[in-house]
Amino acid sequence: MIRLEKRSQPSREWSIATPILAVLITIIVGAMLFSAIGKPPFEAIRTIFWDPLFGEFAFYYRPQLLIKAAPLVLIAIGLSLGFRAGVWNIGAEGQYIIGALSGAGVGLAFYPIEGLYILPLMVLAGAFGGWLWAMIPGLLKVKFGTNEILVSLMLVYVAEQLLASMSLGLLKNPEGFGFPGSRNLQQYPSAHNAELIAGTGMHLGVVAALIAVIFAYILLTRHRLGFHIRLAGEAQRAARFAGVEPNRLILFCLGISGALAGLAGLFEVAGPAGQVSIDFNVGYGFTAIIVAFLGRLHPVGILLAGALMALTYIGGDIAQSNLGLPSAAIQVFQGMLLFFLLALDLLTNFRIKFGKSEVA
Amino acid sequence: MDLSAINPALLIASLMVAATPILFAAIGELIAEKAGVLNLGVEGMMIIGAVAGFAVAVESGSPLLGFAAAAAAGAAFSMLFVIMTQLALANQVASGLALTLFGLGLSALLGQSYVGIKPPKLDTFDIPILSEIPGIGPALFSHDIVLYFGIALTFVIWSGLKYSRAGLVLRAVGENHDAAHALGYKVMRIRILAILFGGACAGLGGAYISLIRVPQWTQGMTAGIGWIALALVVFSSWKPLRTLLGAYLFGGITVLQLNFQAAGVAIPVEYLAMSPYLITILVLVILSADKSGAPAALGRNFHASR
Repeated sequence: MIRLEKRSQPSREWSIATPILAVLITIIVGAMLFSAIGKPPFEAIRTIFWDPLFGEFAFYYRPQLLIKAAPLVLIAIGLSLGFRAGVWNIGAEGQYIIGALSGAGVGLAFYPIEGLYILPLMVLAGAFGGWLWAMIPGLLKVKFGTNEILVSLMLVYVAEQLLASMSLGLLKNPEGFGFPGSRNLQQYPSAHNAELIAGTGMHLGVVAALIAVIFAYILLTRHRLGFHIRLAGEAQRAARFAGVEPNRLILFCLGISGALAGLAGLFEVAGPAGQVSIDFNVGYGFTAIIVAFLGRLHPVGILLAGALMALTYIGGDIAQSNLGLPSAAIQVFQGMLLFFLLALDLLTNFRIKFGKSEVA
Repeated sequence: MDLSAINPALLIASLMVAATPILFAAIGELIAEKAGVLNLGVEGMMIIGAVAGFAVAVESGSPLLGFAAAAAAGAAFSMLFVIMTQLALANQVASGLALTLFGLGLSALLGQSYVGIKPPKLDTFDIPILSEIPGIGPALFSHDIVLYFGIALTFVIWSGLKYSRAGLVLRAVGENHDAAHALGYKVMRIRILAILFGGACAGLGGAYISLIRVPQWTQGMTAGIGWIALALVVFSSWKPLRTLLGAYLFGGITVLQLNFQAAGVAIPVEYLAMSPYLITILVLVILSADKSGAPAALGRNFHASR
């Protein structure tokens, strides 16, 4: 019989080894999946993981890596703080949309005035929009005890409808010949989140993501609030005795994750995407949940996990055009990764013992 | 704007159709939650049921076979959740999210070749005599058999939970798993069965969307209905008959806003389309003060250490 014995403390070695192991298992099972749908497995894996970095056209894909990783890391850092404290914001996708809408709205309101103050104002508006959207589940939870998981998720659908309404109505480009979508912010220099160094993919969002990683690291290891977050997640009763106010913690966690998701949305709409359009959101808010777990809710881990996820996005695109791999296959791939990761967590928290057990 | 174009009999009939997927998913989740398991993967299990039911119905030409396959597929998919939470003792919230994310991707992959196909039609089952009542008869009593099965299932579960020994054991496991374990009940086995039942019901609900309500297959077609079902369980404070009521209420809202869209009410389409989600939030707020119905061990994993 196999028997589980709870470890008194989660194993450090396993907590680092499990994400790597999960990635390896996902690659193996993924290859089997690809061959099952009639695609060459080795070529598919190589296309996804190798070609974007070292292939023939890597010079084109490497900047893309930063562009895709930045929003994922930015959102996942915010989510990880909440997940640690047991506050489940799973509506980052909605906060991302609202951040983009409010930021782009501010920028478009100034059109065509040029000024250095416009982009900073947009950044503030983006963060504020995301924060506000996340405050809805936050305040409802604090005031009425409403489940934040369900409310934040419902608000994603509301935000999607709002996005459609905005790109067809209020924010529609008046010179767009009736096509849906706003003016292109890339053609409005004061509002454009341009690359800081041309050709590298390095834009303000990437910088913000790096700052968020450092900020979160310091918060969690050096600050009282970070200690409270960890305490509330691991031992709720002890947290109360330590003077943690649960309500303030809930509002802080939701607020910060909303603001970061809003920022991610703003940097995307003002930079790589360029405009508000119906299909602006591509699921970063949900993939960021996987990134947060894959990074073990640790800032540095999230940075690495974000880069890996960005790689699968880009590699998936290449595999789609070169091998005809369906785009859904990458979604399956990412979902599988989360599964293996969570299941392997068993090894971190439990010891597996072989031998006859005495009680069931 | 022409509200008189909305036909009340037709409205009730389509309300019942719109409510059925939510009812199936919610009643399945209710059983799982009564056993103390919070499965946030309802949306994922539904869409797996939707695609599996659709594929089997198209290939075999029999919608009922499609529904059977959807229930089996939903249960099989929920087995992943069983492995995660009951065997690997992973966090239930995270595992449920994983199930939903994975299910949405997998269904899109599986359903690729079924986009744009019409599924075989399920005949309506006219309840004798009742369906001949003029006016409300055809609206209430002339639906497909699966819809009636959903209602019957709700009543069976209600009486089962209330009057049967099995229902009592299920509730005991959900209220206090340590005590239930001490009494000699197989906590893990009971929870696994509850999760599988929830998966089968969610699968049926999903297939009802792709085979009857829409009816066709499109990627991500469940559009949050699984999440609304989760909210509905809270709304009904874990009581089956209130779940039925709630499902019809939400079905009514969905149908009404669609009718408003068609009738050209002065509210923009996007704002009408967000109304079911906003109303779900509103209802959650109003009812979340009362948590007395929640199973005490909801969302907590059980590990028999000694």
